[in-house]
Amino acid sequence: MNKIKSLDDLRKMKQNLENGMNIREKSNSPESLVQIRVAMATCGIASGARAVMNTLIERIEKDKIPAVVTQGGCMGYCYAEPTVEVKVPGKDPVVFGYVDSKVAIDIIEKYVLQGELLEGIIPVNYQTINDKK
Amino acid sequence: MSHYKMHLLVCGGTGCRASESEKITENLNAEIKKLGLENEAQVVVTGCFGFCEKGPIVKIVPDNTFYTQVKPEDCAEIVSEHVLKGRKVSRLLYEDPETQKHVEDSKHMGFYQKQIRIALRNCGFIDPENIDEYIARDGYAALGNILTEMSPQQAIDIMKKSGLRGRGGGGFPTGLKWEIASSNKADQKYVVCNADEGDPGAFMDRSILEGDPHSVIEAMAICGYCIGANKGIVYIRAEYPLAIKRLKIAARQARVYGLLGNDVLGTGFSFDIELRYGAGAFVCGEETALIKSMEGLRGEPTVKPPFPAEKGYLGKPTNVNNVETYANVPAIFLKGPEWFASIGTEKSKGTKVFALAGKINNVGLIEVPMGITLREVIFEIGGGIKDGKKFKAVQTGGPSGGCLTEKHLDTPIDFDNLIAAGSMMGSGGMIVMDEDDCMVSVAKFYLEFTVEESCGKCAPCRIGNKRLHEILEKICNGKGTEADIEYLKNLSKVIKDTALCGLGQTSPNPVLSTIEHFLDEYKAHVTERICPAGQCKALKLYTIIPEKCTGCTACTRACPVGAISGEKRQPHIIDVDKCIRCGACYDKCKFTAIHVQ
Repeated sequence: MNKIKSLDDLRKMKQNLENGMNIREKSNSPESLVQIRVAMATCGIASGARAVMNTLIERIEKDKIPAVVTQGGCMGYCYAEPTVEVKVPGKDPVVFGYVDSKVAIDIIEKYVLQGELLEGIIPVNYQTINDKK
Repeated sequence: MSHYKMHLLVCGGTGCRASESEKITENLNAEIKKLGLENEAQVVVTGCFGFCEKGPIVKIVPDNTFYTQVKPEDCAEIVSEHVLKGRKVSRLLYEDPETQKHVEDSKHMGFYQKQIRIALRNCGFIDPENIDEYIARDGYAALGNILTEMSPQQAIDIMKKSGLRGRGGGGFPTGLKWEIASSNKADQKYVVCNADEGDPGAFMDRSILEGDPHSVIEAMAICGYCIGANKGIVYIRAEYPLAIKRLKIAARQARVYGLLGNDVLGTGFSFDIELRYGAGAFVCGEETALIKSMEGLRGEPTVKPPFPAEKGYLGKPTNVNNVETYANVPAIFLKGPEWFASIGTEKSKGTKVFALAGKINNVGLIEVPMGITLREVIFEIGGGIKDGKKFKAVQTGGPSGGCLTEKHLDTPIDFDNLIAAGSMMGSGGMIVMDEDDCMVSVAKFYLEFTVEESCGKCAPCRIGNKRLHEILEKICNGKGTEADIEYLKNLSKVIKDTALCGLGQTSPNPVLSTIEHFLDEYKAHVTERICPAGQCKALKLYTIIPEKCTGCTACTRACPVGAISGEKRQPHIIDVDKCIRCGACYDKCKFTAIHVQ
């Protein structure tokens, strides 16, 4: 550890350090961020969900995209694993199936950043008890 | 570089550590290693989350999962289910007492919804033993900005504009205090942090020092620049070993980074801190007594003026602020005085940390905007009274404060409203009482405390409080008279008017406020000789209902003083003069034949 010699040094240091705190900061305001949920049940993990998740996280960190990646349990689409649910603020959640690292990058670059829909979307065909009012 | 996708925040506050949170950290790390997830999940030991009622707490981000009452043996499940597979362990989630549903996201917990965290902004969020995490959250940026871009007077003006008032109890405007200390010329000045938290039930200062020590150090350095001091001293009670340890670690790290010491950030400003330990005397929270104690003398207060800002530690101008006050300072400079002043009421700006204790469901530490009502604090954040009992009163301000009752439930809480209601803010302890609490006993409890803690220097406090306590004891023992109540009032007034320091000037408050709000209860004790709450043992009358008594002799055998007599299979009798009101017979009787009045 070295001395911090000026305010500029302190600011630079802060920028380098804030990445490490990112996922904690993001948890403070998840509703204003793009929420990406990777299904990480046994079937998801077996089909490579872990690699997909890491790709997503790396891509988001690279450009500081305002999104947060969490993991969820089995969504039931075992035939289409790995599956990824993306919720852009103000829009309905969209579920992508058969996601690999390449599709993961596409999800970020095309859907999240530009709003383009991709192939492989699983239509929503269920209601959760939370939807029933 | 590893990309953690998950942080597991484990509470490392004193409360949770007492319930094995260190073992939890250890187990979590071991399980994560076992499953090869070291590069995905990071375990972080943080300061207090405030929800001490349900500790130990483990919070998982980014999905804000809030696990309560975690045991070391739960760690394997948390890691194999949640960390590995993304399935929350529902049995450990917080259960909403009203809906009895598990709350998946801590943002939806009633306990947190009304809170605004300024002084506690980093508690339960960062690792207090890692300065990098503090810097990542803009730590020391306020100090850096002030040193490079502001004159001391400009910084003082910002403090004045923010409207921050001393959080130790008095509520004196902090900016003004700094200005006075700054205007006094001397070759040496001192910045003192009062961490001698003594109110029964209050633990916010400890939690801040344990959870975010750097914010206090940074604020002390800012104060040093403003008033022209290069030495800071933290006066902390020796009973806070964890706070002391973390403060020492923090100061050491700040020195390595050159944020304390000579030529801070290359600006030519020098400042460093040292620690002084107090032996835990309540009176040493009073600033002049605190200074005497720091000088190695007896912790006795002196007459003000001169105020410490003129002649304080070693006769030099000294600025004394409380821990929570300092913790607010960096946030004020980072977000601006207008932002701070926009929170709170007209004369009390910002937030206040309260320690909820007593007969309340959610015991813990909360930070709420000034102006919130007692009802919101007790029933919404605090989750209401334990066991569905009826709310009776809340004691605020510790031994110097008073009781607030049902009619104050909708009063906005701030410095002035609490004083108008006959209590005070104090350091922020809130002890909630229900229908089973006897208010005379409550007053007696606080007087017992002040009698023990009085330094003995002035007669009103040393002798007067002792007399108050004796009379309260007499009333609780059923020997009081109506004249005693008047006597209590008069004596209280005299003590308040003549005592030397804040301790004695406020110590009769619990008596006066309970007499004011619960005069009926005092009267019941002295005229009818009953304790309506059924707490005062001496006022309980045990009798046997002859129709119900079967003469089984169970009570005779249970009675430790042989006060019960009677033939077998015949109704028994209690000798009232011999009875010590222990209640053993009541507990033993299977036929509810013992009547208590």
